[in-house]
Amino acid sequence: MPNLTAVSKEPRRSAPPAAPPVPPKRPRRKIQQEFRTVVSPHQLNSRRGRAVYWTVLAVVVVSFTAAFVFPLYWMVTGAMKSTEELVQIPPTFLPPEFSLDAYAEAWELMDLGLLLGNTALYAGGAWLFTLAIDVTAAYALSKLRPVLGKLVLALMLATLMIPPMVIMLPAYLTVKELPLLGWDLLNTPWAIWLPAAANGFNIFLLKRFFDSIPRELLEAAEIDGAAPARILWSIVIPISRPILGVVSILTVVNVWRDFVWPLLVLTDSEKMSVSIGIASLSSQMPQNVLIASLVIASIPTIAVFFLFQRHIMAGLTAGSLKG
Amino acid sequence: MTTTGMRAARGSRGRPPTKRRRAVRRNVTAYGFLCGALICFAFFSWYPMVWEVVLSFQRTNFVDPPVWVGLENFVTVLQDAAFGPAWKNTVMFTVLALVFGYGVPFVVALVLNELRHARAYLRFVVYLPVMLPPAVGVLLFQWFYEPEYGLFNQVLGFFGLPGLDWLNSTDTALVSLVIVSTWMNLGTGTLIYLAALQTIPGELYEAAELDGAGLFKRIWHVTIPQTKLILLVMLLLQIVATMQVFIEPFLLTGGGPENSTVSVVYLMYQYAFNFGNINGGNALGVMLMIVLMVFSAIYLRVSREDKS
Repeated sequence: MPNLTAVSKEPRRSAPPAAPPVPPKRPRRKIQQEFRTVVSPHQLNSRRGRAVYWTVLAVVVVSFTAAFVFPLYWMVTGAMKSTEELVQIPPTFLPPEFSLDAYAEAWELMDLGLLLGNTALYAGGAWLFTLAIDVTAAYALSKLRPVLGKLVLALMLATLMIPPMVIMLPAYLTVKELPLLGWDLLNTPWAIWLPAAANGFNIFLLKRFFDSIPRELLEAAEIDGAAPARILWSIVIPISRPILGVVSILTVVNVWRDFVWPLLVLTDSEKMSVSIGIASLSSQMPQNVLIASLVIASIPTIAVFFLFQRHIMAGLTAGSLKG
Repeated sequence: MTTTGMRAARGSRGRPPTKRRRAVRRNVTAYGFLCGALICFAFFSWYPMVWEVVLSFQRTNFVDPPVWVGLENFVTVLQDAAFGPAWKNTVMFTVLALVFGYGVPFVVALVLNELRHARAYLRFVVYLPVMLPPAVGVLLFQWFYEPEYGLFNQVLGFFGLPGLDWLNSTDTALVSLVIVSTWMNLGTGTLIYLAALQTIPGELYEAAELDGAGLFKRIWHVTIPQTKLILLVMLLLQIVATMQVFIEPFLLTGGGPENSTVSVVYLMYQYAFNFGNINGGNALGVMLMIVLMVFSAIYLRVSREDKS
């Protein structure tokens, strides 16, 4: 058995001699790099490099926690404090008791059950419509290639160049009285569902993925006599799971987080989404009740983020890196 | 390939008719698949785009037929006392958001890329605010900005600094909005840069090191050139996104104090829903559209260069 302390004093030595089957855990392991980055591994593992590395790591972890986690902690515990305690100077860091009263009150006063239900209806419907409409469209443009298909695609992608805020007024008027049909879609779920499906970015992501599906795969099915709808359902959709996941989550999260569009088209307090409902009642609520409602409203999206982190990050980089 | 083949087949007479019929059927099926998207895009994207421009040259009250009024709406909007401040604030907001929100994510990404520990935690945490509904983030900060007992002034007080008036003072209101917006959006840029940094081949750094380049020289001569395109793309995307600022002034300040936070989109909203002049709102929308389309066009060129 080698003298551990003596060995560990020696800087910059990676694994112990190959002999022991389980290398003893050493206080100073080499900082591993999966791939080469700006800082050279040599410098990083020098005595000074290590000191700098651990300092930077500590600073980053502490400052990130302070900047991004602490506000959320403050929000969750703020809702557990009484109104008097909230205005106290200096503030308390831990609520004196673990009380969920404000949460219950927020649920009651702001009718959060209804608002969350509405939002779930909007997000769920938008998800179904987006998948049904955008997947079939992208498949037709990618694999069936109809006459004028290129023009249709160009027109759909052109909508990405027009920021949504700029056309919000005419879009609102359209929903208020649908041209030709004269239907009023305000305060109906259709006002959320159908515009959500008109999403050029989804078409772009889906078409690019479908383009990468080898032709032979589909031709084999065609020779066997499968109709396009059958090919889409049995071959294309099963192999497109990753991109369908990305599109699904983007759609649901976007509808859930959206503010301006539902502000315009869902004005009836019975029909509001959770963001709009809370914002419209915010000035009339006691501070702790309002904060509790904010916590409740953010739980769904944070939960989605916990569960589908990888899909969300994939969607984030998909468009911008190769767009 | 197949499309041209089919098209050729339709033209020539000698081929068996089944081939032509197949092409027709394929087109019918394709448009059957496309019709849902065509209807949605037509109603909610293409038609509003055209109507936006049309409405800006009309006067409509939705009872009588619309009247063409030429540039009258633009003149009305230009003479509005809030017009100048709205554009000035929007530009200031965009510039300040770039100062805080453009360089910082890149530096953060550079540092994160060097770390070998807590990576998953840090990536998760930096993206958390992005996942909050924006209304939640904004209302949360409204509470933090409270001058008496809000978190920010308490923290300043803890360090012995005087508290600020944040949203209530013309000096700090706009900056306060930029802080909220940056907090909510920092994660996006950071993660995109991080992904870009990970695609840089390590040999480049090794080669630069062999040539005797120090740390900052390596960043300057390897990292930045390698991520130049994504940096440019993000710059344009961020300009387009921040120039549409609405929710922050709408929920936090109502454009005040003294028009110091009124933005173009917020003024547009006010024209339509508070002043009952939707055409004025459309005139503003057209102006903003022209400005943003310049950036969009540059973006399109840049990303096309990226591909070739």
